[in-house]
Order: sequence, then structure tokens, then C-alpha cells
Amino acid sequence: MCGIVGLYLKNLELETQLGELFSPMLASMSERGPDSAGFAIYGDEVPGDQIKITLQHEDTAFDWAGVARAIGEELEHQPVWFQNATAAVFKLKTSETMAREYFARLAPEAMIMSVGRSIEILKGVGLPQEIIERFNLPSMQGTHIIGHTRMATESAVSMAGSHPFSTGMDLCLVHNGSLSNYNWLRMRLQKYGIHFETENDSEVAAGYLTWRLREGDTLEQALKAGLKDLDGFYTFAIGTRDGFAVIRDPIACKPAVLAETNDYVAMASEYRALVHLPNIENARVWEPEPARVYVWERGSKLGMVA
Amino acid sequence: MKTIDLLETSVRELNQSLHDQANNCDEREWVVLHPMGRHAVACGLNQNISVDIEGHAGYYCAGMNQKASVTIHGNAGQGVAENMMSGCVRVKGDASQSAGATGHGGLLVIEGNAAARCGISMKGVDIVVKGNAGHMSAFMGQAGRLVICGDAGDALGDSLYEVHIYVKGEVASLGADCIEKPMREEHIEELQQLLDRAGVDEDPKAFRRYGSGRQLYHFKVDNASSY
Repeated sequence: MCGIVGLYLKNLELETQLGELFSPMLASMSERGPDSAGFAIYGDEVPGDQIKITLQHEDTAFDWAGVARAIGEELEHQPVWFQNATAAVFKLKTSETMAREYFARLAPEAMIMSVGRSIEILKGVGLPQEIIERFNLPSMQGTHIIGHTRMATESAVSMAGSHPFSTGMDLCLVHNGSLSNYNWLRMRLQKYGIHFETENDSEVAAGYLTWRLREGDTLEQALKAGLKDLDGFYTFAIGTRDGFAVIRDPIACKPAVLAETNDYVAMASEYRALVHLPNIENARVWEPEPARVYVWERGSKLGMVA
Repeated sequence: MKTIDLLETSVRELNQSLHDQANNCDEREWVVLHPMGRHAVACGLNQNISVDIEGHAGYYCAGMNQKASVTIHGNAGQGVAENMMSGCVRVKGDASQSAGATGHGGLLVIEGNAAARCGISMKGVDIVVKGNAGHMSAFMGQAGRLVICGDAGDALGDSLYEVHIYVKGEVASLGADCIEKPMREEHIEELQQLLDRAGVDEDPKAFRRYGSGRQLYHFKVDNASSY
């Protein structure tokens, strides 16, 4: 069992309240996943010539300022960065490849959580409420957010093993369920150059989507291909720079509920995660059908895609 | 009429108050406010009382029901009315998976759609779904009737024993050993009675009947690939 939740704003006037609206959603799924929790928030986007990297180090006293200075010397300008508890977010005028190389060399003990223009992934071991407080989630702003509360089944309880997982620019995935063919699939994806940080099955699903998107699939095509290639039980919530998607496997034993109003689309493992949202009593509330892709994307028509 | 607000009272206290009616039935009409998706609301009732739940309910709502009449004015989570013995449970919205699972008796009415595995292993309960029902509905169904006024998903009635299934809409596919059977006069009568009890205005002649092919009841080596 795990809990997954997502909130995608249609009314961008709510951006300042995203963290505040989302915190009770994540906290309400504690019983489904008490061992670790995390979220991926999209907002505070950097310009097209920059990237934003989120890293974590379990030591709160880790010398991020020293890392920033060292990177500044490489880049010949001081990077914009800030620390949030065990995490640090760097905004760099460089490529993803170069940035990964800098951090691998200058901060080898720090783990890269996410890379993109908009995404920040923050996660850790502990009750969801502890994670919410650790990173001060209620004060955060953004356009959309997905989160996860974990009850581990397939790999160890650790910060690295908690969700969300990202293996590509601005892409992340949370998973309720368990995959069964992930070792074989990981080997196959590694041959295609996809890099994995953990032994976790859900990271393989994220890597699979990265691979499909890299090959030119749309998010919808990638998820439909996954119905054939991913063996196991899953409800996934997926975040992209400007989109949000939900899919359940054809057996659909892992729960999911969607709710939509003029202001937002919300997703959760259970309806009780949605009850604090404004105007939820008048929302359209329904259970996503098995093996059907639901996508909302900014810049294109908002709504379901069959 | 007694009103319990779950913003002020725990589900445990609510259920205890409802169970206390079994001994001293002094309040027959109950209203539950703010269910807010909580689990196990109005479970294990065993007295002739009515309970109106005003909103969406979580998992296992009205499970193990005996005698009572429970109405959920919203959607119901997984396993609504699971293992019910008698009485009536009505969901005004949609029901999530495994609605009416293993039910022995009574009537479950789902006015919206039912998700996957509706009536799984049903043992005598009657279920009427006004909308569609998901895949694997009436899986291993032993006794009782399942009526689907909309469409049925894949593998309807898989490994069926003696449940009578009536579907008005399309059936995506039939499960192992589930076959279509002729609608005879007695089936039209049976279905009319079920629709009347459920308060559903449909013409029983518009339905098709499905039941067990009775080839998988007992192990036969020739059927090994079908098990």
C-alpha cells in the first residue's frame, strides 16, 4: 500500500496557495504510507538558457555554500541557489550534462533529486507530516504538484527509495503498486543509456517514460506503450513541466480518485485526501477507468485524453 | 431522527451508537453528516433502522449489513456493502471496486456506475447497477442476481457458479464458463421484481441473461487450460 496525490491548477490565481492546499492532501495519506514521503512541485521556472537542479544531503550541516563557490569558479559566475532543510536548489546557466558532471565531481555525496526548468523534488524518510514541516510545504507556490506517501514493498526504506522519482528533465512519477518485470526492464533501459540511482521498481517506470519521451512519444503515447511493457500493479501520477497525467493498469486493483472543478484537477488514492480542497462538494468526482490515460496539459486544450 | 456529524463524532462512536440499537431500538432514522471519505461508516448494523449518509463515503461503508437500510448520498469507496446479509444499501453516486463483495443477502442498488469486480464472490445478495459495471464483475459468483442496466466490462461472470446476470447494454467480454442464456418468462418476471425493488424504471425485455456454463464446477483434466 502507498498513497499518491496530485494537484494541478487550472486557475493560476491559486498558485500562491498550492502548498497550503496540498499539505493536507499529503498528510491525509499517512495511513497508506507512513515510512517516507515526498513531493515534486512545479513553479518558479527558470529561463530557457538555465536549468534548475535540486539536490539532497542527509546532513543538514552539509556545506552547500562551499559547493556553490566551487561551481561558481567553474562557471565563472556565482550561481543562484538556496537551501531548504536537507535540500538545495541551484539555478545554473549550463547544460544538464555539464551540471551533472560538476556535482558528481564537487559534491559526490549529494544526491540529485531532479533536473529541469520548473521541477523541485523534495523527499525523505519519516511521517508525511514531518516531511511537510521539514520543507515548509504550506508556504510553497507553484502550478502543479504531485506527492507520495510510502509503505515500502520492493526496496529499502531510505531517502533515495522514496518517491517521486525523476530520471529526465522536468519529469517525475509517483507509484502505488508493485512492478514485477523491473529488473529485466532496467537492464534493457540501461542499454539505451537511461541512468538509475536505486534498486527501486518505480524508478524503472520513470526511466521507461524518459526513454519513450526521448524516442519522440507524446506523454500519452508513452503511457499507452507502458501498458504493454510494464508488468505489475500500478496507479501512476506523472508530472511534466506543463502537464499532469494519471494512469492505472488494466487490472486496476490500486485505487484512484479524480476530482475536477473550474479551478483545479486533483488526484488521490482515496477521496478523503481531497476533502479539504475548496468547493470539493461541487467538484466532478470520479474513478479513473483501468488502462485509460488521463492527461491535462497547459498550452493545449485542458481535459481528458482517452 | 438522530443526526450525527462526523466532524464532531468519531466513526467508532457512530457505529457503536448504531449497534446499540440492536438491543433497544429507540431511534429508527439516522442521518450522518460529513462522512468525508472516512472508512467503515455504518458497518455491522443489525437492526431495522435507516441511515442516510450525506456525502461521499470511504472504504467498506455499510459492510456486513443486516436488516438496516443505508443510503449513501454520494460515491462509495471500495467494498461498499461487502458481506451484507440482509437489508438494503443504496449508493446514489458511483461505487468503487468490489461493491457487494461476498454478500449473502439483501439488496445493493448503485445508481451510478460500479467499478471493477462488482459482486465478486457474491453468495446470495441481489445487486442492481443503474449505470455500467467494471471488469470481472460477479467473478466466482455463487448465488444471487446481478443486474447491470448499462454496459459490463471484460470477463463478466468469470468462473461463475449460480448467479443470474442480466445486462441491458454491451458486454465487453464474458469470463471463463460464463455463457448467454435465453430469457424465458420466469426470468423476465424475476428481473421485473428486482427492478421494482430497486426502484429502477427499465423494461426487463430489453435485457439479456448470462449464467454459468457449468463446465468448471468440478476439476476435469480436459478443462485444465481454462482454470
